[in-house]
Amino acid sequence: MHAALWVSKTGLSAQDTQLRTISNNLANVSTVGFKKERAIFQDLLYQQVRQPGAQSSLNTQLPSGLQLGTGVRTVATQKMHTESSLQITDQPLDLAIDGRGFFQIQMPDGTLGYSRNGQFQVNADGQVVTATGFLLEPEITVPENAQSISISRDGIVSARLPGETTEQELGQITVADFVNPSGLQAFGGNLYRETAASGAPIVGVPGDEGIGTTEQGMLENSNVNAVEELVNMISTQRAYEMNSKVVSTADSMLRNLTQTL
Amino acid sequence: MDKALYIAMTGAKNNMMAQTARANNLANANTTGFKADFEQARAMPVFGESFPTRVYSLSERPATDMTSGAFIETGRSLDIAIQGDGWIAVESSLGDEAYTRSGEMMIDANGVLRTGKGMPVMGEGGPIVIPPAQHVEIGVDGVITIQPQGAGPNEVAQIDRIKLVNPDKQELEKGLDGLMRQRNGEPADADGFVRVESGFLEASNVNAAEELINILSLTRQYEMQTKMMKTVDENSASAASVMRMR
Repeated sequence: MHAALWVSKTGLSAQDTQLRTISNNLANVSTVGFKKERAIFQDLLYQQVRQPGAQSSLNTQLPSGLQLGTGVRTVATQKMHTESSLQITDQPLDLAIDGRGFFQIQMPDGTLGYSRNGQFQVNADGQVVTATGFLLEPEITVPENAQSISISRDGIVSARLPGETTEQELGQITVADFVNPSGLQAFGGNLYRETAASGAPIVGVPGDEGIGTTEQGMLENSNVNAVEELVNMISTQRAYEMNSKVVSTADSMLRNLTQTL
Repeated sequence: MDKALYIAMTGAKNNMMAQTARANNLANANTTGFKADFEQARAMPVFGESFPTRVYSLSERPATDMTSGAFIETGRSLDIAIQGDGWIAVESSLGDEAYTRSGEMMIDANGVLRTGKGMPVMGEGGPIVIPPAQHVEIGVDGVITIQPQGAGPNEVAQIDRIKLVNPDKQELEKGLDGLMRQRNGEPADADGFVRVESGFLEASNVNAAEELINILSLTRQYEMQTKMMKTVDENSASAASVMRMR
């Protein structure tokens, strides 16, 4: 059959993947702590049909050969861990990390998840949990009768109790950083898992050793840029149309062959 | 049977191969740093001691289009695009040095600077390894400066310099893995005049309109070849009917 059919098929599926990445980014345009993704394309292997320098006659050589490409493939979808703007919410348990680092979240299966989403709440036992109810690591329990909670830029959580003049320290939030945050595996719920590509977590106190500071009463916006995504969507759609045009052209060639002969 | 059938057949076959080359360009219309391949046909005369009619067609890739693609702003400090001529040196999967214009880089778990496709980026003395850092910046001449983990903003360190080369375009050839190499197989010398822009990527330089027009014109050419085959078939059929004994 016509090889161009399979080549354009790879183009179509790559644009499909691209569109899916774009739509996921756009869907998360207002998800707190979301990091956009981009698809990375690579040209597939080339096939050597004719080697340059082959003899065209006894005394002459062909100056150029024929190498045919076999299309395109998506090598990876890369999470873009660029920092985004902060919004002020004035909620005492809303936290944003200004700089590098991730909150550590205890998963129900006992492992640790990592997140940039700092929309924390207090559960029935007074423990600080994420919006999905997973515990923050290290655990912090807020006393029942706490009047107000304050979290310092270096992660110290303290509460004012009734009848006391000084604040009582409840615990210290630590933040994990990774050598290659793009290597983290996203598994939904604003959470990431450590992988061999991300490296081991480097846990530290906020504001120390290059780790970002914790900002109380603030949230990190999604770093999706809607304009950029829409422009990408247009170019994806047009590239898709052109590849499908090649498919229909290859098809018409084959039809012409079977009908004429 | 008239041998014209075989002439028409090589025409049709080479049209299909040319179509494949064009389709590959279009499939990579959104691949960062991709360079389109040219495609041309060559006449291959095979004349014997008779009337000279046998000219077969031969489709070939004379070169790769090395013009720059458009710049796309990404704002990511590890994305680089080359201004004007020049290439980024990477270590290919075969272990030799090869060149690319696709500058979407990342740092892996061991600190090795790699392209988005996973190939280590070459520095002044082999692949670049970046120690844990708060910020990584790439200068216009490819120099990598970092602010080491825990260091103050005034304690920046210069790590290495990305090997940027600018060999003669005539000497460069696209390999089977899509990376460029020198024809003589030797690694090119670093060139201090190549300029990179951090926070940008270079788009594919495929001209979609040109590729589509070529695909359409190749299709019509192909239809003419099949028409020729049909005509040869009809000639042969009428010759057979004339010869038939009444």
